[in-house]
Amino acid sequence: MKIPKSIYLFFIPGLALYALFFLFPTVSALYYSFTDWDGISADYSFIGLENYEKAAMGDSIFLKSVGNNLEFMFFVAIFQTLVALVFAIFLVKNTKFNYFLRALFFFPTILSSVSVAFIWAFVYDPNLGILNHLLTITGRGFLTQNWLGNGDIAIYSLAFTQVWFHAGQMLIIFVAGLHAIPMDLYEAAKMEGATRWQIFRKITWPLLAPSATIVIAYTTIQSFQAFDLVFALTGGGPNYATEIISTYIYNVAFRNFDFGYASAISVIFMAIIALITYIQFKVLRSGRVSY
Amino acid sequence: MFFRRFAVLIYAILILVPVIMVVLTSLKTLEQTFDNPLGIPVDGLILDNFRNIFQEQTMAGYFVNSSVVTLFSVSFTLFFASMIAYGITRLNNWKGNGLFVLFTVGMMVPPQVNMVPLYSLVSSLDLTNSLLGLILVNISSTLPVGVFILTGFMKTLPKELFEASTIDGAGNWQIFSKVVIPLSLPSLSATAIFLFVMHWNDLLYPLLFITDNAYKTLPLALLDFQGQYLTNYPMLFTGVLIASVPMVIMYIFLQRYFVAGMTSGSVKG
Repeated sequence: MKIPKSIYLFFIPGLALYALFFLFPTVSALYYSFTDWDGISADYSFIGLENYEKAAMGDSIFLKSVGNNLEFMFFVAIFQTLVALVFAIFLVKNTKFNYFLRALFFFPTILSSVSVAFIWAFVYDPNLGILNHLLTITGRGFLTQNWLGNGDIAIYSLAFTQVWFHAGQMLIIFVAGLHAIPMDLYEAAKMEGATRWQIFRKITWPLLAPSATIVIAYTTIQSFQAFDLVFALTGGGPNYATEIISTYIYNVAFRNFDFGYASAISVIFMAIIALITYIQFKVLRSGRVSY
Repeated sequence: MFFRRFAVLIYAILILVPVIMVVLTSLKTLEQTFDNPLGIPVDGLILDNFRNIFQEQTMAGYFVNSSVVTLFSVSFTLFFASMIAYGITRLNNWKGNGLFVLFTVGMMVPPQVNMVPLYSLVSSLDLTNSLLGLILVNISSTLPVGVFILTGFMKTLPKELFEASTIDGAGNWQIFSKVVIPLSLPSLSATAIFLFVMHWNDLLYPLLFITDNAYKTLPLALLDFQGQYLTNYPMLFTGVLIASVPMVIMYIFLQRYFVAGMTSGSVKG
């Protein structure tokens, strides 16, 4: 059946905005990355690959921010996926109490990153923070820390906050995945006398692979988007210990006014994300089974 | 079984304690917070922080800005995304698939990637310090996820529906507005919730485009409070509470849709 040509009109308003405010800037990042533009003056010149050379060779802060971002990503991806999976299994039954708990664990997701940052700034505060207070009154004063001020652990403090923020959302995705597994598989396995570990290993885990793919892919993207949280909680400090790629782009562009260089980092950033996404899908797809 | 209950209890405490702490601290003075950060002071709780924050800050203005930006961004994203989803569903050929890919590519690109050229674009269009500018950028940034969820839903509608409507003489606009939209309401409401949370809480775009207090949204205003109040947590948490109230109320009443919306937005396997 022939569809009237008017169907093309349905794309116009959305496509116009999307082209202007998403596609055009994304492509022009590439263009600016070959220039020395400062973002303000009208004239700038082309400097070839100089920005890329600087990023790859001479800029230790950039390399550090890539390292921090990867460390943050691995910690969050592993820890958050584990927490979400374990608690999804604990709360899989649809009882009233489990509904309530799932809703409670999901709750932080609806808060703004700035609010979450303030909450955890208070928890981690070295002087009047809850965490050090609790450690002191329970006689573990020797464990007190400057959780965000100590460059060796600040990135983990941030990663823990990120897990607190988003694990509930991943838990819900896993619960939906668990509910999609046919019950008769479990009954058959029990009749055959399978142990709980065997059931998990042979039924739950492989059939949960699609949900795990979603959770890990989403967690990874979120780790790269953690800009708001890092910006509001540490601003990348102390001494660049929590600088991630996106906060570094912001600093280079809007504090150093080096738009050309910031654009080059943005292009590299996009390439890193594309590469990691590709690897993930290769690895996770290969683990899929169906019964 | 014991371990399971214990672990769940710990997790519940980890969520509840910070939340209770925010509420309690907003009802305490700074001295009371210093003396005992977790306890309830003997001399009672106070509402001074709420009075002070409304006196010292243009809270009502920030609240209105956030509401205007969120309402317009959500409704226009939904409107444009559902039109595109309808177009893709009806075309159902390589052109439709190509457009679907073009739009959903945007989901994989974090908004921080193009913040530099986007900033130059918005300032050259004279749309900085403008709620309109914020709304336009918001719409284009959430169109991908909207198109993704709504196309997924509309593809499940029976083809006969479109054919029967066409035979009855309905044009595209009539089929879209009279048939497809009413049938898509569950998916639309889930998407709406997802978009509400995203736009209400967004910091990046206001941070990039707004410097004038008259146009600041709540998350950006909160960030400023950090500069003014430093570690005056009672004031900061009063701000957090006011900024979170609309989402919390929506969450309590529309919980089912939140869970559906916030997870459908993430399903891109």
